[in-house]
Amino acid sequence: MSDDLQMRVTALVDEAAGIRRVRLEPVAGGPLPAFSGGAHVVVAMRDGDVTRRNPYSLCCDPEDRTGYEIAVARAAASRGGSAFIHERLAVGDVLVVGAPTNLFQPDWRAKKHILVAGGIGITPFVAMMAQFARAGLAFELHYAVRSRAAAAFAGVLQDRYGPRVKIYAADEGARLPLAVLVQNQPLGTHLYTCGPERLMEAVLDTARQAGWPEQALHAEHFMAPPPGDPFSVTLANSGREVAVGPDQSLLEALEAAGINPRYLCRGGVCGECATRVVEFRGTILHGDHFLTPEERAESRTIMICMSRFVGDRLVLDL
Amino acid sequence: MDTGYSATHRPETFRDETFRGEFSYANSPENIRHFPFPFHEDAYRYSVNIEPHVPGRPGSAFEHLIDVDEHYLAEMADRAQVLAEDPLRYQALPHMMLAQWDTLELLMEEQARAYPHLFTLERNGDQWRWINRPLGIDDTFTFGDPSTLPREPLDYICRQTQGDIALMDQRDGNLWLDAGMITAQADWSLDFDVGMNFHEWHAPVPLAPQMGVFDRALKYLLNLQLGKPVRRLNWTMTINPRLDTSPENYPKWGPDRTTVTPENVGQKVHLRVELQSLWRLPRSNGMLFVIRSYMMRMDEVVTVPKWGRRLPRVLETLPEELASYKGLSRYRQTTIDWLKRHDDGAPTSPGIFPD
Ligand code: FES
Repeated sequence: MSDDLQMRVTALVDEAAGIRRVRLEPVAGGPLPAFSGGAHVVVAMRDGDVTRRNPYSLCCDPEDRTGYEIAVARAAASRGGSAFIHERLAVGDVLVVGAPTNLFQPDWRAKKHILVAGGIGITPFVAMMAQFARAGLAFELHYAVRSRAAAAFAGVLQDRYGPRVKIYAADEGARLPLAVLVQNQPLGTHLYTCGPERLMEAVLDTARQAGWPEQALHAEHFMAPPPGDPFSVTLANSGREVAVGPDQSLLEALEAAGINPRYLCRGGVCGECATRVVEFRGTILHGDHFLTPEERAESRTIMICMSRFVGDRLVLDL
Repeated sequence: MDTGYSATHRPETFRDETFRGEFSYANSPENIRHFPFPFHEDAYRYSVNIEPHVPGRPGSAFEHLIDVDEHYLAEMADRAQVLAEDPLRYQALPHMMLAQWDTLELLMEEQARAYPHLFTLERNGDQWRWINRPLGIDDTFTFGDPSTLPREPLDYICRQTQGDIALMDQRDGNLWLDAGMITAQADWSLDFDVGMNFHEWHAPVPLAPQMGVFDRALKYLLNLQLGKPVRRLNWTMTINPRLDTSPENYPKWGPDRTTVTPENVGQKVHLRVELQSLWRLPRSNGMLFVIRSYMMRMDEVVTVPKWGRRLPRVLETLPEELASYKGLSRYRQTTIDWLKRHDDGAPTSPGIFPD
């Protein structure tokens, strides 16, 4: 995208064991746009002859117009992005960063905001809390971590917000008191969760069982494209065939082939990459959170950032 | 870009005119060429026609993203009068405060960037100074603190910006019309629509819902990106240059439609074009909808030969249900007959701009 920003890495800080914070400032100078808590940016990284594009939540104060910050956990089975950031990225490097996009925005009508984070799921909440505090809104953070050493931002958040921040370290035997959390909240409270899928499901289920309305529940599905067997896709407009590798998403394979489909989240949430399926013989493995179960069953549309294919022919309207 | 039109649009003087009473509103020759004529070709064809809102042809209404022209002072005076008579034309639900500040910043930035001789924005951290020379305003305030402005931020800046403004909140996979200042609307009402979602406030448009147009438009808008505003043109016709054609005021403007005669078409009938732009707001993730109205009477339209030829051809091909939705049925033929006298049958060039 032409109006993506060239940004220089100005700081690399290990926030906690295995979590690295990256500060990026615009090469051209000048104030960046403010953004909203919960927003992410897609960062493009040149790694040898591969370009990696990954979405990361912004975890700085939205009113800091001099730079953006992201925090990246070293993934156990990295597809390349997190290994690149942890091992090869250096201060002074230039990355290409897209405009902030928010698929996890706070509901501004809420009387109170309850934030439940697990591990690296803390990142979107750092920016949200800065906004809540500035606007004088009621909020509390419940942050589940493996250990205090692995709790990124814990110290700075406790300094800033005091008792509104609660940390639960598994190695100390502390557990998120979910049932207590969702009880007796004032009417109009909104609940936000980000972290491992299992944690988010537990949070949402507990709240639903306690009678919370669906509109008051918000979850950020932080997902990387799933690996799988290689397959190939045919482009209807040119007849070209493109091979999709086992660790590559369809979207990434198309980009590597010089095709630039639309995207916003690269995580199966926003709907921007929806592509019409012209023909297929086999099974589409829908990995997104966007299509309805009926749409999935019909397979007339595929979300190319997350979905894979098993079979001998897939033709897309591209 | 070779436009045969080199002067950039830089209003220095403002017309002393009215949009009511004696209706002294008019366009200077320069401002006629500034008008966003909405028809690309000689026949009417339905299209959603959304395009990126990027700076366009110098001198045109597209040159700057927020346009200021010779009607600025008169429009602001008319808006003040509408608000004095009906304060409900401005509304903002409490959760829209962040979106109000977003809007204030955006409108100040765009106007100051495009028209530095008219507006200046100085920022020193949260301490901001805003100078509006045409309106004689020089205010210092704390960004984010409503108590430092004489009015709510949206109220404050909308009284200094041409065009109606609607603010939408995004939640539950929908857009909610939760704030705005609407004083120049073509027959809809903020007081009626405030708090409604995208489907609710579009409900009266004939045929469109069945076509799934709104579902697609909504999906598109929900993914609108920061820094990538989009625009579209919408048009109708108004009898007399009346900006405020709200439902509340129907008794004042409805009967005008019966007053068109073959003799007064050139003076009375106005092409009314809305340049609508949609912007993602940074801090609130809300959406700003700017509806900027331009009016030009038929006498003025025909001074641009291409437009004078094209307009009657378009009006002739307009489907009847659309003509009646736009309220044109009563005077459409009279207007076509009058315009046809200015159509020499010559071909027109493609595109909307004058030759
Ligand atoms: S890019 Fe958002 S769903 Fe694929």
